[in-house]
Amino acid sequence: MSVAGQVGLAHPKPSLAVWKFASCDGCQVSLLDLEDQLLDLLGALDISYFLEVTRTVVDGPYDLAIVEGSVTTPADAERIKAVRAASHFLVTVGACATAGGIQALRNYADTGEYVPTVYANPAYISSLPTSTPVSAHVTVDFELHGCPINPVQLLEVITAYLAGRAPRIPDFPVCRECKAAGNVCLLVAEGVACLGPVTSAGCGALCPTVGRGCFGCFGPASTVNTASLSSRLAADGASQESLKRIFRGFTAGAPEFEKESSRHDPQP
Amino acid sequence: MTLGPYGPLGSALVSGVMAAIIGFDGLDGLIGSLKARGYRTMGPVASGGAISIRELKSAADLPRGWEDEQAPGTYRLHQTASPDLFNWAVGAGSLKAEVFPPRSIIWQAKAPGYEVEEISDDVPPVAVVGARPCDLAGLRVLDRALGSPPVTDPAYRRRRDAVVLVAVECSRPASTCFCVSMGTGPSASEGFDLALTELGGGYYLARAGSKIGKELLEGLSQRRARREDFARRTELLARAASHMGRSVDQHGLPEMLVRNLSNPLWDEVAKQCLVCGNCTAVCPTCFCSNFEDRTDLSGTVQRERTWASCADLAYSYVHGGPVRASIKSRYRQWVTHKFSWWWDQFGTSGCVGCGRCITWCPAGIDVTEEIAALRASDNAGETHGEAHLQ
Repeated sequence: MSVAGQVGLAHPKPSLAVWKFASCDGCQVSLLDLEDQLLDLLGALDISYFLEVTRTVVDGPYDLAIVEGSVTTPADAERIKAVRAASHFLVTVGACATAGGIQALRNYADTGEYVPTVYANPAYISSLPTSTPVSAHVTVDFELHGCPINPVQLLEVITAYLAGRAPRIPDFPVCRECKAAGNVCLLVAEGVACLGPVTSAGCGALCPTVGRGCFGCFGPASTVNTASLSSRLAADGASQESLKRIFRGFTAGAPEFEKESSRHDPQP
Repeated sequence: MTLGPYGPLGSALVSGVMAAIIGFDGLDGLIGSLKARGYRTMGPVASGGAISIRELKSAADLPRGWEDEQAPGTYRLHQTASPDLFNWAVGAGSLKAEVFPPRSIIWQAKAPGYEVEEISDDVPPVAVVGARPCDLAGLRVLDRALGSPPVTDPAYRRRRDAVVLVAVECSRPASTCFCVSMGTGPSASEGFDLALTELGGGYYLARAGSKIGKELLEGLSQRRARREDFARRTELLARAASHMGRSVDQHGLPEMLVRNLSNPLWDEVAKQCLVCGNCTAVCPTCFCSNFEDRTDLSGTVQRERTWASCADLAYSYVHGGPVRASIKSRYRQWVTHKFSWWWDQFGTSGCVGCGRCITWCPAGIDVTEEIAALRASDNAGETHGEAHLQ
């Protein structure tokens, strides 16, 4: 029985398209990590475009589009508009698609300066000076954060779409998942630099659970006070340079983290 | 019965409740008999740099020689040569998680009929060894909020009724403790099955506070409690009471807070507040929760309850948007509910003076300091007009 059929979609099974922009493929492949639910997913969705899975390509329009990766080239800035036009419901997944990814570090540099030192034939390189999230280019219906995303959250987004309900994706800080897991706070008990208090939950407090401070992969929580966290980290001995760097990780392009890192940059 | 400044000392003698002296072997026997009775026996262990509540295998797991140092936003644990097992104040974990788990499924319904079936969690009953008097007080507050009419939460009640509590009175409070000013410690006068006082030298004064407590105590290797044992307890508790690091002046506090909803001091604390909700997660009485429904691809629907927090933007959503959009309004909601409106709702303060919110706040915000600052401003006769709830 198709769940989609119950909510009266036009087709018995909604079509799925999975798109890649500037990214590592890790987020889209996490769909395949849902091994126990894969057959149910295939029963509920028609895969129309998903090159990591099949070379068969079905023309759009598509009911559900999952977009991975950031926009870093003039060609992709055009392609994302075409994807949007062909998609009924567009979900961006991962730090690249939602915040520009680690490659958004280029936003703090001059690409014209380093392209010739990296590429033998810089003339072949056609890239934008910045790496930007998909939402900077087209309207996005839902953003799923993480580097990589949590496959269980991806399943929740797809399941919610099929059921016609809002996805249950929390936007409170990682600290709450950490406390619910019974972890001892690394920041308070060990003075470990941790972005948990300003980072959105979703990973299940993966790093703090194994004794590493949060790297901020899931981007800013719904309300953040990055300045207060920086004061705390500085009191624990963090230099201006390390404060600048700690907010310039996988979600360096998220506006709240960009602003905070720039506050600690002597040459903004 | 005369109530001292730190509770009814020696009440065990006055009311004739059974008391005895047990040693380490008695403590080990206690844990053994709780396990033999089918209790999942939890207690303090030194784990991950703090005293945490974990399942105990035996008394050997207890944190022998470990002592804590606590300050706003800081917790450090260090080992000493002391043979004492309970030379520490509370860690981050409280009894709350044992009776009100962070996540629980309330009911589910399956396709195609979608008949609702209640899920009563199938966990074994829990016994907690080492609960502090402020933890017992926290449970009494939760009992008012969740476990009493007119709205009794069945999931809470089920776990609460099954729990066995072996309290250990406090002899070494932390700098963040203020139970004396909240009237909740350092002595344990009610709400336990057994209460222990660590007298030193590996001896514990054990007092039974319930039928099961008496049964457990009778089964342990012990000697009779003498007058000097009670005198030693009195001395230890008096010393603990005089070593409170902090205090809250409760006099007229609910009214004072309501008079100061627009005090600019809230703006100052909002500059520090991370709205991370750590204070509410570690608070032994914060009970706010979300109920959310989840569907899966097979057509099963589940209603799940999870801990929530007044620190969350989403928790203040009503039709049209959040009613507490600013950090200031959310911090103020937490303090004023805990120390003022809790009285209107439940006839008690929501604070038991355990100090967890002070220690485990990554920004080191000290609620006792904030309240004192508001009171000083109030005493100075500053008026702050109507509240701006945003």
